Amino acid sequence: MAFDFSQTDEQRMLVETVRQFIEKEIFPHEREVDRAGEMPVDLARQIKARAKEVGLYAANMPEEVGGGGLDVMSQMLMERELGKCNWALQKFVGRPSAILMASRDEQIEKYLLPTVRGEKMEAFALTEPGAGSDAMSISTRAEADGDDYVLNGGKHFISGIGLPDFAIVFTVTGIDETKRGPRKRVTAFLVDRDTPGFSIRRGPRCVSYRAYDNYELFFDNVRLNKRQILGEEGKGFVLANEWLTGGRVMVAANCCGKAERAMELATDWAATRKQFGQTIGKFQGTSFKLADMATELRAADTLVAYTCWKLEQGTMTDADAAMAKLFASEMLGRVTDQAIQIFGGMGLMDELPLEMMWRDARIERIWEGTSEIQRHIISRDMLRAKEQ
Amino acid sequence: MKVLVAVKRVVDYNVKVRVKADGTGVETANVKMSMNPFDEIGVEEAVRLKEAGKATEVIAVSLGPTQCQETIRTALAMGADRGIHVQTDVELQPLAVAKLLKAVVDKEQPQICILGKQAIDDDANQTGQMLAALAGWPQATFASKLVINDDGSANVTREVDGGLETVTVKMPFVLTTDLRLNEPRYASLPNIMKAKKKPIDTLTPEQLGVDAAPRLKTLKVAEPAKRQAGIKVKSVAELVDKLRNEAKVI
Repeated sequence: MAFDFSQTDEQRMLVETVRQFIEKEIFPHEREVDRAGEMPVDLARQIKARAKEVGLYAANMPEEVGGGGLDVMSQMLMERELGKCNWALQKFVGRPSAILMASRDEQIEKYLLPTVRGEKMEAFALTEPGAGSDAMSISTRAEADGDDYVLNGGKHFISGIGLPDFAIVFTVTGIDETKRGPRKRVTAFLVDRDTPGFSIRRGPRCVSYRAYDNYELFFDNVRLNKRQILGEEGKGFVLANEWLTGGRVMVAANCCGKAERAMELATDWAATRKQFGQTIGKFQGTSFKLADMATELRAADTLVAYTCWKLEQGTMTDADAAMAKLFASEMLGRVTDQAIQIFGGMGLMDELPLEMMWRDARIERIWEGTSEIQRHIISRDMLRAKEQ
Repeated sequence: MKVLVAVKRVVDYNVKVRVKADGTGVETANVKMSMNPFDEIGVEEAVRLKEAGKATEVIAVSLGPTQCQETIRTALAMGADRGIHVQTDVELQPLAVAKLLKAVVDKEQPQICILGKQAIDDDANQTGQMLAALAGWPQATFASKLVINDDGSANVTREVDGGLETVTVKMPFVLTTDLRLNEPRYASLPNIMKAKKKPIDTLTPEQLGVDAAPRLKTLKVAEPAKRQAGIKVKSVAELVDKLRNEAKVI
């Protein structure tokens, strides 16, 4: 099937709505929130309420569960616009984790629907101090005890803002012997914040997205019923792969939006700032930087759109998603860095949003899989095809 | 009560306008186009009238090339019920637009016709007034407040030099919007989706029996002259001297 990336009327209007939403509801607060390193509760509530009114809240989720039912390409366009602002604020234009679609029976009423309605917020808890890129090395374990499981261990770098109401916790529930040696059975549980033995505390401050928190989760003999299992026992990673690979493409889209904003700022500056009797954009040292930014952004945008198109066709591979995430996040790093260079000293001052965007850009090469993990995923496919 | 709102497709207000190299007009190729901001205010006012139970139907009308349907679609996503597109590739001038709108008014019989006080491209500020004259309707221009009375009249507060003036007009009438009439909403996602299903009728000037050919000839379009840099004077005496002898204003 031929691909066509032109926007429909609906997509054009959606982008316009998100753009206006950000300009009115988010940009005016962004610096203050970043400086304080704290998201005021009232402001969070206000952004959330407005996002619900405009129908942007949970727009990524299917209509049958009360979401906006956006197709992949529209989700990507929305994500790209939202990428222009800080995660601490854009988080409240909620996009619940798609993995919740695996909810069944009473989980639907208890977790999925309230999250889509914005009454509950989830945290996605996979990473542990000893298990970052090497997700298989998680050690949080859930031991079967009749119909229950007893959970022990801990998680860290669990992104969120304002304490989550429940966490999707990845645990080890056993070991399988396979031809390639022992393999952990990983199971995802839905764990309510008020479950006895479960405690949460704020992690260290982060240089990127200052007001966006990361949490440390501790499980001390937390008793869970098997009804708390999301998906099937032992199928945690299958579940994660099924629902979350698309998330990497959305991170890539977010990066493209942010890069566009940095580029616009740098272009405005280059067209107006004068040195040596002319605007600095007249010097090739500046103008060629702009040209490179625009070209790289176009390449990333096209790659993201193509990957979304594959996702929509059902032909996207892990390597496809990894390429989009890798290229877009690294492009963002280069674009924000060069934008600072064009601004010179002013670029580093906290009067302008650029220094914040430069700091924020740094995490994009790390979370949702580091650039090295993305390269591993891409090259693994290539080598496997040739290996004897 | 039907309300007709005119929506014009213009160069987006954020775009830095450039004059075409041959001086025949403004560059519109590869330029972002949007609904005229004053018309957005018009759509908002009409939709509010509907939400308040005063209006029963809001019709958005746009005149010009095929792409005007995008502008109509935006009005539908804001809450208008249906659209009318008068399709023509002819350059439309205020009098032609007023005549075409008059033909649409005759067909639709609205009680209020809302237009922006001017479009931000040519800033003509003529169409609303011409339409009122052609239709023989009262007009309330530069409106900053609209109150519909029970007796089929409306009180309109107008922004005039030196203050506000309130006029009473009988329906049907023409209203042109000023900036402070309201703050337009942005289309919500559910309304964007609903807009897809709302109908847009397409008409032509010929079907409406209107000759839309331009009457005015544009001789030349040029950028405003670059402003000269200012100077600093050292004393009041020097200032007075310069005003008297160089600027010759005192």
